[in-house]
Amino acid sequence: MKKYEVVVVGAGPAGLSAAIECARAGAKVLVADENNKPGGQLFKQIHKFFGSKEHKAGVRGIYIGEQLLKETENLSIEVWLGSEVCGIDADKSVWIIKNKEESCCVKAERIIIASGATENSIAFEGWTLPGVMGAGAAQTMMNCYRVLPGKRVLMIGSGNVGVIVSYQLLQAGAEVVGIVEAASALGGYGVHTAKVRRAGVPFYTGYTVKRGIGEKYIEAAEIVKLDSDWKHIPGSEKILTADTICLAVGLTPLIELAWLAGCRFTYSAKLGGHIPVHNKYMETTVKGIYIAGDVSGIEEASTAMEEGRLAGISAAWSLGYYDDQEAEILIEEEWRKLNLLRCGQFGVNRKVSKDEILNKWEEMRNE
Amino acid sequence: MNKTLKTIGAPSMEELRCSAAFPEKKDYQRGPIAIIECTEEIPCNPCETVCPKGAIKVGDPITNLPTIDFDLCSGCGICAAKCPGLAIYILDVNYTENEALIMFPFEYLPFPERGETVSLVNRLGDTVCPGRVESVLSSKSYDHTTLISVAFPKQYYEDVVSMKKLG
Ligand SMILES: Cc1cc2nc3c(=O)[nH]c(=O)nc-3n(C[C@H](O)[C@H](O)[C@H](O)COP(=O)(O)OP(=O)(O)OC[C@H]3O[C@@H](n4cnc5c(N)ncnc54)[C@H](O)[C@@H]3O)c2cc1C
Ligand code: SF4
Ligand code: SF4
Repeated sequence: MKKYEVVVVGAGPAGLSAAIECARAGAKVLVADENNKPGGQLFKQIHKFFGSKEHKAGVRGIYIGEQLLKETENLSIEVWLGSEVCGIDADKSVWIIKNKEESCCVKAERIIIASGATENSIAFEGWTLPGVMGAGAAQTMMNCYRVLPGKRVLMIGSGNVGVIVSYQLLQAGAEVVGIVEAASALGGYGVHTAKVRRAGVPFYTGYTVKRGIGEKYIEAAEIVKLDSDWKHIPGSEKILTADTICLAVGLTPLIELAWLAGCRFTYSAKLGGHIPVHNKYMETTVKGIYIAGDVSGIEEASTAMEEGRLAGISAAWSLGYYDDQEAEILIEEEWRKLNLLRCGQFGVNRKVSKDEILNKWEEMRNE
Repeated sequence: MNKTLKTIGAPSMEELRCSAAFPEKKDYQRGPIAIIECTEEIPCNPCETVCPKGAIKVGDPITNLPTIDFDLCSGCGICAAKCPGLAIYILDVNYTENEALIMFPFEYLPFPERGETVSLVNRLGDTVCPGRVESVLSSKSYDHTTLISVAFPKQYYEDVVSMKKLG
């Protein structure tokens, strides 16, 4: 059986950052990703990122992805693509279907799970018709495969994903007939909503989608206003002509591997669902298994990269590649950068939820 | 206050006037200045780091709202090209006797040509007036964000923020 000091699951921003830190410290690393291309979500992100210089602010996500890949290459990190990780045993054997054909097992001393998240969906009449898709799926079609998913699109959800994908649909030449938001206030950053609004896209605040209309595929959508109990207000329906309905209604962490590995969980609605409990070194309740990125709570690529580094540094430290003093300095620095991203009106809730998870880890340790 | 950013997606004039970076009437008279429409505490500061004149301040923490010193701003437009929120444009209300000049970031193809007449829009995307394209700047350092300058009748200087997408 092949042996690695560290096996990283997922080659998104979190996984690549983790692998880079491990390899830089001197550890032998394998990264496995089920996708045929590395980079996770980054290669769909053709917009410029927020943050500060040290978070690569103002740089488009695709270029951040390219920089990570270059570093991965420079450090000669082994990356298996098209390779799904389907099991983790108690003794840290990792089961992988290599190249989609060969089932194999590698032995790891440390495992970093950076599997990201999956898109949520909502059910409504007509939601199984062709033309209803996740906003992330639409973004992949446009920005990775250069296929326009539709000509007239209705977006459901006004969080950053909904507004950014709407903007990119406009850039790709589609018309966005509206952005529907069930809550009474829009979710995404104001600078993003203002950008699509001045392009003429209307927001339907306090509305939801009631029905997808069409025989063989979506030809229109019916939306309806909601009262304060989130019930449909009869008579408030509107019909919008559209050939595509995109759902941008949140993401859920992909936690199956952490379950299999025996990690303990806590529920956090604000972070997207059940989250593996972890400490400030990103180590779960199972010694030697770390998590980073969206799997540890839905945030952003910028936080995913910092968490990945944190997990990588911690794993390398536990393998003896750093002494305590060196590791503490590096870890404090990562926390400083993470805290910068977790403040302000949008970040502070995430900070509170993340702190709850760290506290939970302490509680569970003392049980 | 009439707050519209979180309901219809675009800020009202009242909301903008309450934000620290928004110019007062007298500031418009200084020649071209950067107008920053960024009113929420997001973790972001490229506008501060790219300004060669040190006119924009965000400071620590980076969720502070940007502020600007109009005495230092030269209207060069670098911040407008770099802002990931596309939330800055440059305005010169006294471009000619009757016209103002706006330079805004634009990321939709095709681009207009110099001299072309385009439809200028307000924050809601409604057409306000026609304008004459004076320049189209795409520098490598702007990384695919193009700065378009358009002259228009100056009475609309508070309304115009961008142009209708072509094609
Ligand atoms: C439309 C949109 C816009 C966004 N805009 C921004 C933005 O402007 N700024 C920002 O900072 N963030 C943004 N984000 C968020 C950002 O993309 C994510 O937070 C980030 O990609 C999370 O990184 P990750 O490495 O945790 O997960 P991912 O990028 O999702 O990577 C996870 C990887 O793991 C692989 N994987 C999963 N399970 C397995 C398995 N069992 N075996 C093998 N491989 C597996 C997947 O194939 C994937 O490649 C945006 C997201 C979306 C959807
Ligand atoms: S226009 Fe130029 S000088 Fe003025 S704030 Fe922007 S970058 Fe600075
Ligand atoms: S760069 Fe743009 S979005 Fe970021 S803080 Fe400055 S004005 Fe706001």
